[in-house]
Amino acid sequence: MRKLKSLFTFIPLFLLTQISYAQNDGDKVEMADTMRSNGRIYVVVAVVVLILIGLLLYLVRLDRKITRMEKENNG
Amino acid sequence: MHKSWWKILCVLLLLYTFIGGFLMDVPRLPALSETIRNLYFHVCMWFCMMILFTVSVVYAIRYLRTNKLTDDIYSRQFAAVGIVFGVLGYATGAIWMSYTWADPNNSSFQSFNAVAREPKLIGAAIALLIYFAYMVLRDSISDIDKRARITAVYNIFAFALLFPTIWIIPRLLPSLHPGGENGNPALDFKDIDNRMRLVFYPAVIGWTLLGVWITSLKIRLNLLKEKRFLQ
Repeated sequence: MRKLKSLFTFIPLFLLTQISYAQNDGDKVEMADTMRSNGRIYVVVAVVVLILIGLLLYLVRLDRKITRMEKENNG
Repeated sequence: MHKSWWKILCVLLLLYTFIGGFLMDVPRLPALSETIRNLYFHVCMWFCMMILFTVSVVYAIRYLRTNKLTDDIYSRQFAAVGIVFGVLGYATGAIWMSYTWADPNNSSFQSFNAVAREPKLIGAAIALLIYFAYMVLRDSISDIDKRARITAVYNIFAFALLFPTIWIIPRLLPSLHPGGENGNPALDFKDIDNRMRLVFYPAVIGWTLLGVWITSLKIRLNLLKEKRFLQ
């Protein structure tokens, strides 16, 4: 019970530190905030993820092919 | 496909890296700004290279103990894929540096003068060249057993030289690259932001598994090719 209580006091404190993080860094540094706010960043993510999936599928295909060759060789 | 659970893990972690790496919050730092996200890609290349080279040298030592050609094939393929990741790390570093280190007031030719003296760059180049020489050495010896033995010994030397060239000397000299006085910036728990660690560690594991996956394919192909020598 006491553990639970201390947990409940600490969680808000953790959240507080998160907030202070956000304020400390300041807004002076120029980031790609516009790209995030209008959602264009998802286009970039979609393209990159698609390329990654394509390359990984190619790897899986190679893997299957080699497995088949191994079976033919040993069988 | 055999033993596929870690391959699935690799796919999931890489997907997480690419999605989380672009979409999750990062600290707002001057000069770096959004390029800080390169940590999930550029730095992981070097981690992966280091792990693959370590595995390579372990197999080299195993070859010297057992004289089994299988170990030699393992050692060679791990080194080869390690080199690929090293070159990728170097190339991505070159792009990243030309946007963050280069002085915006000078022409890129003039700031190249300062950037090219960077000890980390020179050290990494030397380390990679030593491993290129490993490949050249391998292909220049036609006798299989001799080649395996000589290159296994060379591999140990090459691995030993990794430490001064990419870990020690760049930290002794003044450097633009992070991690001058206070150890490895990616592993230092005070330095790297908590939010970034959430993506960075899975990214390292994901990329390393990808390297191991590619290596395992190359090894299996070579085991098939060299079958008649392995009996």
